[in-house]
Amino acid sequence: MSLTMNYAARDSLTLLRRNLRRAQRYPAMTFSVVVMPVMMLALFNYAFGGALGAGIGGGSYIDYVTPGIVLMTATSGAVATAVAVCVDMTEGIVNRFRTMSISRSAFLAGHVIGSVIQTVIALVLVTGAAFAMGFRSSAGPVEWLAAAGLLLFVTLALTWISAGIGLVSKTPESASNTPLPMTFLPFLGSAIVPPDSMPTVLRWFAEYQPFTPIIETLRGLLMGTEIGAVSAWSSLGWCTALTLAGFFWSRSVFYRR
Amino acid sequence: MAAIPTTAVSTALAISAVGLTKSYGDKQVLRGIDLEIPAGTVFALLGPNGAGKTTTVQILSTLIPGDGGSAQVAGHDLVRGADGVRKAIGVTGQFSAVDNLLTAEENLMLMADLHHLPRREGRRRAEELLRRFDLTDVAGTPATTFSGGMRRKLDLAMTLVGDPKVIFLDEPTTGLDPRSRRTMWEIIRSLVADHGVTIFLTTQYLDEADELADRIAVLDGGRIVAEGTAEELKRIVPGGRIRLQFADAAQLGAAAALFDYATVDAEALRLDIPGDNSVLTVKAVLDTLDNASVRAESLVVETADLDDVFLQLTGEGGQ
Repeated sequence: MSLTMNYAARDSLTLLRRNLRRAQRYPAMTFSVVVMPVMMLALFNYAFGGALGAGIGGGSYIDYVTPGIVLMTATSGAVATAVAVCVDMTEGIVNRFRTMSISRSAFLAGHVIGSVIQTVIALVLVTGAAFAMGFRSSAGPVEWLAAAGLLLFVTLALTWISAGIGLVSKTPESASNTPLPMTFLPFLGSAIVPPDSMPTVLRWFAEYQPFTPIIETLRGLLMGTEIGAVSAWSSLGWCTALTLAGFFWSRSVFYRR
Repeated sequence: MAAIPTTAVSTALAISAVGLTKSYGDKQVLRGIDLEIPAGTVFALLGPNGAGKTTTVQILSTLIPGDGGSAQVAGHDLVRGADGVRKAIGVTGQFSAVDNLLTAEENLMLMADLHHLPRREGRRRAEELLRRFDLTDVAGTPATTFSGGMRRKLDLAMTLVGDPKVIFLDEPTTGLDPRSRRTMWEIIRSLVADHGVTIFLTTQYLDEADELADRIAVLDGGRIVAEGTAEELKRIVPGGRIRLQFADAAQLGAAAALFDYATVDAEALRLDIPGDNSVLTVKAVLDTLDNASVRAESLVVETADLDDVFLQLTGEGGQ
C-alpha cells in the first residue's frame, strides 16, 4: 500500500515536472493570465478610477479595486487550466499514459498542482503591478499570510473546477469559453463597485455569490476594512465546497473517459 | 522468418480472447472476436477502416472496456489484472502519442520516469533508443518539428522504454512515405528477432501483413472472416487481373468477345481479365488477342490486393 502511495506521489511529481516544462515552452498562455488583470488594473485605475473613486465615497480607488482584480487573476488562471487540460486530452499522449501502469490520479494531480503554481506566479506579478500603480496595503505579515492562504485556496478550488471543464470540453476553444461566466462573476460582486450601488436583483445576486465574500475577506485583510464572520466563514465554505466538487467531478469524468 | 519450434512456444499464449464484443450505441463494432496468439510471434489484424481494428487494440490494451467476452494478455486477465497487463504491454497507436512540446530525449526520459527506472538507467535506455532509431542528432529538438516518420519512430521508441513483452502497433505505417515505411518494417522485424517480443499489429495493407506477420486475421464488420498464414490467405484469393487498355470501342468490343469472364469498362476503354501474374497466363492472353488480330494499347498485371481479399471473403461469407 505504501509502495502504491509512493508511486502515486512519484508519478504525480513526474507529470508535474512535465507540465511545468510545457508551460515554460509555451509561455503565451501563462503570459495571458497576467496580461488581462494588469490591463484591467490600468484601465480601472487610470481611465475609470477618478469617477469610480468619487462614486464609492473617497479614498484611493486603486486600493478598493486591487483585491478584486487580484482575485480575477485566479479566474483568469482557471481559463488557462481548462485549456491546458483539454489540449492534453485531445493529444494522443493521454492514451499512452492510460495504457501504462501509472497511478490514475497522477495525471490530474500533475495538472492541478502545475496550474496552481502558474497562477501563484501570476498572482505575485499582478500584485506587484498594483503596487507599481500606487496600491498601498495596511496589512502586516499575519494579514499578508492569511490573504496569501485564502488566494491559494481560491486558486485550488477554481483549478479543480476548470480541470473538470477541460476534461468535458471537446475542443480547446470550448474549454476557453466555458469558464468565461466565472471570469465575469467578480464584476457582478464587489470587485469593482460596492453591491449597495446596484439594482435590487443584482445586489441580491452579488451578496450571495461566492466571489463577494472572498473579495470582502481579501479586502479586509489587505486594507483593514471590516471583514465580518459571515464573509470569512462563507469564503472558506465556498472554497471547500468548490474544491471538493471540482475534485470529485474531474476524477469521475477522467476515470469514465 | 525461421520456423518456430512447436514444443516450447505453442503452450504459451501471449494474447488469448474469447467472444469480445463492443457496441457504441446502436452500432455494433465488434461481434465476437476470438484470438490465440503464441508468444514471440507477429500477429496482424487486417481490415479496412471501420472494421474494428482500433477498437480491438483499445480493448486489449485496457484503454476501453469490452462489453462482452474475456481476454488474457501476457497471462493477466484484462479486467481483474489490468495493472499486470499494463506492466507487460507497450502501445503505439495510430495517432501520435508523443508530447509535442518536449524534445525527443525528454519524451523518452518522461517514459523512463513513469516506469520508475533509476535516473541513470533511464538515461542509458534513452540514449540507446535514440541511437537505435537514428534520432541522436535530433535528441534535443522539440517533437513538433519532427516529420511523420521521425515522430512514429519516437513514438515506438517511447513504447520500448519499459521493455514490454507484448507490443500493440495500431496501423504503424499509415500515412508514412515508402522509405519511412521500410524503416518501420525493419525495426518491427528486429524487435521480434532480437527481443523475442510478441507483436499485435493492425494494418489495412495486405503487403504489410505479408511482410511482417506469422499469422493474419482478416477483420470485417466486427468479425474475423478468415485467419491463417499469408500463404493460406493468398490461396483463398486467387491471383489478380490483367488489365488491357484499348484505343477505341471497336477494339474493346472485339476483345471482350474473346474472354468469357472479363469485365468491360466502356468509358475507360478498359478490359479486366481475372488471372494470376504468371508468364504463361499473360502469354495466353496476348496470343488470344494476336490470333483474333485485336490490338491492345497497353497491358498491366495487377496482383491481388486487399479489395480482392475482401470481395472474395465477404462475397462467399454470405452476409
